[in-house]
Amino acid sequence: MSTKERPLSPHLQVYRPELTSVLSILHRITGVALAAGLLLLVCWLLAIAGGAAFYEAVQAFNAHWFGRILLFGWTFALFYHLCNGIRHLVWDTGHGYELPTVYRSGWLVVGASVVLTVLAWIWGYSSMGAL
Amino acid sequence: MDRRTPLGRVRGLGSAKEGTEHFWAQRVTAIALIPLALWFVASLATYTGADHATAKAWLAEPFTAIVMILLVAIGFHHAQLGIQVVIEDYVSTEWIKVFSIIVVKLAAVALAVAAIFSVLKIAFGS
Repeated sequence: MSTKERPLSPHLQVYRPELTSVLSILHRITGVALAAGLLLLVCWLLAIAGGAAFYEAVQAFNAHWFGRILLFGWTFALFYHLCNGIRHLVWDTGHGYELPTVYRSGWLVVGASVVLTVLAWIWGYSSMGAL
Repeated sequence: MDRRTPLGRVRGLGSAKEGTEHFWAQRVTAIALIPLALWFVASLATYTGADHATAKAWLAEPFTAIVMILLVAIGFHHAQLGIQVVIEDYVSTEWIKVFSIIVVKLAAVALAVAAIFSVLKIAFGS
């Protein structure tokens, strides 16, 4: 069977990114990132049960600048996925679909996740006595 | 008029061969994870620099152990439901799709059991 190069329907790259589409894909990306973060939670729990040496090794990784960047990213991912997840739960009830409302709730989610992330890290550093 | 067969009606399944269980489970676990996730971040922020003895004593408290087990169990369930959808959306080769979903589901159970066992080991003090 001979097939010609037939036109395909427009794909993602032809659309200009909008707040709605960016937040939607960010929900998925942060979800995958959080699933990966669960691995560190398992390591941390195994380490607490495994003894002081194992625990110190995990804590050293968390205290390293690379570990800190990962943890900061995970904190934002958690708050973003949490806030946007609540946005999705509201949508599931059939509310909030008007375009101005979608944009307002979108910016609210972005603002809330940034603020909550910063607050959590201020709390963390102050409980370590670093502030 | 209901055009479904009696068997189709009793199973509650459409052409997708599944009902709304996946959607529903994802929402129920999501609601449960709202307080659990907030508790988790608050706990990490409080115990971030804790030494081993402090962390162990904290995790040995009944409330902490119970909530941590709930977080791990519900968190892994929610995560594997989500990863399953991502795989179904982006992997087009059928056997790789099915194989990866099975691996993710089995890994989620194994990791959750390992984490829960660790919490119980600390909580029951050995």
